[in-house]
Amino acid sequence: MEDRKDVLILAIESSCDETAAAVMKNGREILSNIIYSQIDLHTLYGGVVPEIASRKHIEKINQVVKTALDTAQVTLDDIDAIGVTYGPGLVGALLVGVAEAKAIAYAAGKPLVGVHHIEGHIAANYVEHKELEPPYLCLVVSGGHTHLVKVKGYSEYEIIGRTHDDAAGEAFDKVARAIGLGYPGGPKVDKVSKTGRKDAVTFPRAHIEGCPYDFSFSGLKSAVLNYLNSCRMKQGLDGNEIYSRKTDNPEFDGNELIDPETGVTVADVAASFQEAVVDALVSKTISAAKDFGYKKIAIAGGVASNSALREGMKLACEKEGFELYYPKPLLCTDNAAMIGCAAYYEYISGTRHGYDLNAVPNLKLGER
Amino acid sequence: MNTLALDSSGLTAAVAVMTDGKLAAEYTVNNKKTHSQTLLPMIDEVMKAAGIEPKQLDCIAISRGPGSFTGLRIGSATAKGLGLALNIPVAEVSSLDALAYNLYGNEGCIICPIMDARRQEVYTAAYEFVPASDEGKTGSYEMKRIIAEKACPLDEILEELEKFGRKVIFNGDGVPVNRDHIVNNFKQKCAFAPETLLLQKASSVAAIGEFIYLNGKAVSADEHVPVYLRKSQAEREREAENEQ
Repeated sequence: MEDRKDVLILAIESSCDETAAAVMKNGREILSNIIYSQIDLHTLYGGVVPEIASRKHIEKINQVVKTALDTAQVTLDDIDAIGVTYGPGLVGALLVGVAEAKAIAYAAGKPLVGVHHIEGHIAANYVEHKELEPPYLCLVVSGGHTHLVKVKGYSEYEIIGRTHDDAAGEAFDKVARAIGLGYPGGPKVDKVSKTGRKDAVTFPRAHIEGCPYDFSFSGLKSAVLNYLNSCRMKQGLDGNEIYSRKTDNPEFDGNELIDPETGVTVADVAASFQEAVVDALVSKTISAAKDFGYKKIAIAGGVASNSALREGMKLACEKEGFELYYPKPLLCTDNAAMIGCAAYYEYISGTRHGYDLNAVPNLKLGER
Repeated sequence: MNTLALDSSGLTAAVAVMTDGKLAAEYTVNNKKTHSQTLLPMIDEVMKAAGIEPKQLDCIAISRGPGSFTGLRIGSATAKGLGLALNIPVAEVSSLDALAYNLYGNEGCIICPIMDARRQEVYTAAYEFVPASDEGKTGSYEMKRIIAEKACPLDEILEELEKFGRKVIFNGDGVPVNRDHIVNNFKQKCAFAPETLLLQKASSVAAIGEFIYLNGKAVSADEHVPVYLRKSQAEREREAENEQ
C-alpha cells in the first residue's frame, strides 16, 4: 500500500446556486474547496432563479476551477480524474458544470466520472470523519431532498424513506417567507428560533399510513400558514397584510407579537415549526435505525447544519447508544469537496463516463 | 495555426477545424438530440478526422450568441473548459455575423439573418459585403454590419430594411416560419438562402474566429461569456415592477 500513488480528483459542482470546484486527495483529504455563492443575487428574488443561476455559473466557472487548482498547488497534469455533478438539480445550471468538466477531461486526456449530487452530500461525512465506513443509515435533508438512505457500500444505496411533497428545506423557505424572514429560510429560522419557545404552538407531525419512514411537510406548512391567518383575523387584520413580505426585511423583529392574546411571537412560531420538522426527522430516522439494526447514523445536506436538528439527533442517538456523524456546516452546503470524495470512490471502483454525459435533472440515487 | 470552431446557438450542433485558413474538417448535426450529448463527441471526431491533437490547437472560435440560452452555455462552457485546459484564448464570434458570412460576397444586396427568439421576436442584424481595397479584383470583400444586433419583432427589422431600397437575402432558422410573412409584406426584393446555407455553419464561425485571433482580439477563456441580447425573465419582471 505504501508505494501506491496518491489519487487526485478535480471536482466540479454547479447543480443549484453555488459554483464550486475542489481538489481531493485519496477521496477524503481536501487540498482545496472553492465555493462561489450566488445567494445574495437570488435573495433579491426570494429564491433561486434558474436562468440567473446558469448565467452566473458560466461567468465564474473558470475562475473557480483555476483557484481550486492553484490553492491545491497542482496543475491538470497532476490530476487523475475529473468528477462532476450531473444530477439531480437545475438542468441549465448542471449543464454548465457538465460541459466544462467534459471539455477539461477531453483536452487534458483525463477520465471523466459523473457523480450523483446526493451521493456527494452523503460522502461529505467521509471527508469529515476519516474513520466512517459503510454500512450506516443516512438522513439526507436539503432544499430539494429529504431521503432516508441505507448506505450499504460506497456506491450502493437504498432509499427507504422520502418526502411525499415538500423537501424539509423547502418547508423552511416557505415558512420563513410567511413570517417575513425571507430567503434563505433554513439558517434564518434556525437563528430566530433560538430566542423562541418551541412548545408555544403545537403543529402537526405527519404520519403516512403504510410508509413508516416517509415524510410529509406540506401539511405542517399549511398548519403554520393557517395559524398565522387565524391570528391576523383575531386582530381584525385582513389577508396577507402582515408577516408576508416578498423579500428580506432587515428590520425583522423576532419579538413581534403574532397573537397578542397568548403572547405568541414570531420567534415562537419559528421555533415551534422547527421543532415539528426536527421531531419528524429524528423520530423516523431513529425508528428506521432500530428496525434495520443500524448502529451508525449520519446526516447530510444543507439542513444537516440546522442546530436544532443536530442537537435533537444527538440526544436521541445518545439515548439509543447510536453513533452520530455529521459534516461541518461548510461541507453540508453544496460544495465540490464532497463531489470529489464521491467521485474518488466511483473512480476506484471503475466508473467512467463518456463524452456524451448529459445533465439529468431528476437523476435517481443509485442509478447509473 | 489551428482553430476549433463550435456553434450550439440554435437547432444545429456544428463543429469545424480550420488550419491556416483552410477547412480541415466540418461536422453538422441537426437531429433531436441535445447539444450536451452531441457536442463533445463531435469535437472528438472532427479533431481525429483532421488529424489534430488538442494540444496543437491555437484558438477556440465560439459562436457567442445570440441564440438559445441553454445552447449558448453548452457551447461556451465547452469552449471555456478547452481554453482552460489547453491555455489558449477564445475568439468570440457573433452567431448573426457567422450566419451572414454563409452568404459571403453578395455585393449590392443586404444580408439579414433572422433567428427565432420566441416571444414573437427574432434575433437579427443586417450586413453588406463591400469590395476590399483592391476594388474587387481579387474577389475579397469586407463584411459590414449596417444594422446592429438586436432582439425585436420581425416587422421592426423589415421596416428598417425597406428604407435601404435594396434587395435583401434572408437566412437563419427564423426563415421557414416567417417566409410567407416576408414574401407577402416586404416592400423590396427579397430572396432566401438555400437549405445548405440557411443555418449556422461552424466553418463560418471558424473563418471569422481565425480573423479575430489574428487581429489580436481573442479573449481569455476565463473572460468569455455568451451574449444573450436579452435579460432573464425574472430580471425583466423585477425591473418592470420597480418602474411602477
